[in-house]
Amino acid sequence: MHSHPDLTHGVIHGLGWLYSLLLLANVGWTLRSYKRDGEFESVLGFQHIPKATVWAFYSAFLLLLAVTHLTSSSDPSQFLIRLPDWFKTIVDYIFSDARIYFGLSMVAFVAMLWKRDYLSTDTVGWVIFNMACLFLAISLTDYDFRQIVGKPDNVPIVGMLFLVGYFTWLYFKKAGDNDRRIAEGRPLAEKELKDEVLVWPDLVYSEMVCMLLLSALLIVWGVLLQAPLEEPGSAVKTPNPSKAPWYFLGLQEMLVYFDPWLAGIVLPLMIMQGLMAIPYIDFNKKGNGYYCYNDRKFSVITFLLGFLPLWVGMIVLGTFVRGPNWNMFGLYEFWDVHKLEVLNNVNLSEYFWVRWLGMPLPSVNSAAPFWEQALQIFKREGLGILLTLGYLMILPHLMALTVLRKFYIRMGVIRYMVLANLILFMALLPIKMVLRWAFSLKYIVAIPEWFFNI
Amino acid sequence: MSIGETIRNSQIWRSIFRHPAPTDRRNRAVVVLTNFFLHLHPVSAKKGGIELSYTWCMGGVTFFLFLVEALTGVLLMFYYRPTLEWAFTDIRALRDVTTLGIMREIHRWGAHAMVITVWLHMYRVFLTGSYKPPREFNWVIGVILLVLTLLLSFTGYLLPWDQLAIWAITVGSNMARAHPFLGHEGPGFQLLNVGGYDLITNASDARFLLLGARNVGEETLNRFYILHCVAVPIVISLLIAIHFWRVRKDGGISQPL
Repeated sequence: MHSHPDLTHGVIHGLGWLYSLLLLANVGWTLRSYKRDGEFESVLGFQHIPKATVWAFYSAFLLLLAVTHLTSSSDPSQFLIRLPDWFKTIVDYIFSDARIYFGLSMVAFVAMLWKRDYLSTDTVGWVIFNMACLFLAISLTDYDFRQIVGKPDNVPIVGMLFLVGYFTWLYFKKAGDNDRRIAEGRPLAEKELKDEVLVWPDLVYSEMVCMLLLSALLIVWGVLLQAPLEEPGSAVKTPNPSKAPWYFLGLQEMLVYFDPWLAGIVLPLMIMQGLMAIPYIDFNKKGNGYYCYNDRKFSVITFLLGFLPLWVGMIVLGTFVRGPNWNMFGLYEFWDVHKLEVLNNVNLSEYFWVRWLGMPLPSVNSAAPFWEQALQIFKREGLGILLTLGYLMILPHLMALTVLRKFYIRMGVIRYMVLANLILFMALLPIKMVLRWAFSLKYIVAIPEWFFNI
Repeated sequence: MSIGETIRNSQIWRSIFRHPAPTDRRNRAVVVLTNFFLHLHPVSAKKGGIELSYTWCMGGVTFFLFLVEALTGVLLMFYYRPTLEWAFTDIRALRDVTTLGIMREIHRWGAHAMVITVWLHMYRVFLTGSYKPPREFNWVIGVILLVLTLLLSFTGYLLPWDQLAIWAITVGSNMARAHPFLGHEGPGFQLLNVGGYDLITNASDARFLLLGARNVGEETLNRFYILHCVAVPIVISLLIAIHFWRVRKDGGISQPL
């Protein structure tokens, strides 16, 4: 008997129930499609075939899947419906390399913005939802995937991904609708519902229904899934990996690229300040109180970029992909403590002095007086310090004269400077990532003497 | 007269509910105005503003989850003792033997859900541009509430005192060690010294303030327990009240101008 079986009777039956739920949802969808979607004019010579037929076939396929799983009683290791190895290899390859992971997530982000009208139709939304469910279900046939996703504290993250996906889809649907209305000079969707209604019963009843459903959800969730409790805490047994609570894993991921004073203190503070500053730096009067995209592209794209790939994406990475020694592991890969990753990152000062000038790194005499030390350090790290100062102090002015000229004129000096600095701080992370991947760059400024590394 | 009517006409009923049954238009307005719990609402609202697909109900859901957390949290406080001797065993007993030990499950899942719904609420408010004038300041309060929600969850994370708990808090609080000027491994801490003696050491820095000790230990458990059960909930309750009040004063749920 394999000690880490990909499939057990419990898993197979559980998946049977999952497919049954998906089947139920798709039966509903088929009926909806029959009522709304109309017909294909001609398919293989047959005339007037309802488009719902496609969904009916798909539902039949799900039924078959569900029945096969629910009635399976033979040896689980012989069960055929499981993840093929070639698929695991591809997915593991994508997820175990930060460059591919972030590269593809950026491609997906741009594609989402570009094809938003197509993606936000009902049918495409439903197809994406089904693909996500099938991906999850078939992935659960893998032992290592179950170990990660099935961890009690990780279950809410899977739920969050579906919710974030759904609400992003809903946003683009509603924004696209309003954008078309504005373009055609029709009133906004929200304006068509401007009648005043009494809060009792129109609001308080839906609030009550929400409360009841939520209470039921929490109780069912509590019954089905036990809260995690590991071994008693011990200060001498350090787990590998040691992870912060899941909602801070984006910050922990930044530790790969920045020292703790930046990743753990300065950047989180900048995120908070940046969020608070939003209403005071967004001078765009349009888009107040309704969904839209075209009227406020800059602010929406910036926020989506920060929330989707840089916050949620990094939580996914930190939770599901980062394993022992903070190495990256594919979704179906065993978390091997002995997996080796070559780390030979180099500081900018070493690049400058040793590799480009062919000289030894200037030494710093730790016994010398403070100012003498500072001068020596400045000599060693001068290039990095000047680059950093230039980035934060000169670049905003250059942007004001060029790409952000319109913003500067409309915002005034102070507001513009706040905006420019926030954007530059937000860009620090992707910049440092790319530098790390392309040049194995460790620190732009490295002053370990003062715990000051950038 | 039916039994229902008798009860409704009794002195006790009328002393509690200061309005007739909300069966007609006038009384439906009166009930919202005179009932303490309902008076958070306006009497009427624009249909588009209370549409579920517009609000996603995420603010309301977050508030409801906060109430669930308060209720289950108080029940758990009756049982749980925040000491090294008992913390872990009490939680294990909640899992294994205690009647209604499921309160811990609900508390934990509710907490995770609350973090998610706060984010989604913020997502919705941003995407509808509802932070724009006149609602700028309420957005700022919202950001503070977001931070406090994370802090509530973070402080609660330690209380089961298992491996998951203490190491997550260790990893999280190690950041404070690197606080510029205020952490004993942060840039610039050497500048704060008097006569050659550092003011910032591992027994006086930001991390020590957070943990109450040099490492996650009994003092930390006590500190986090009080933060989790008393200090943060008081502050967050006050800010929630202001947040709701401002929603009303700033013109109700946002709608196109």
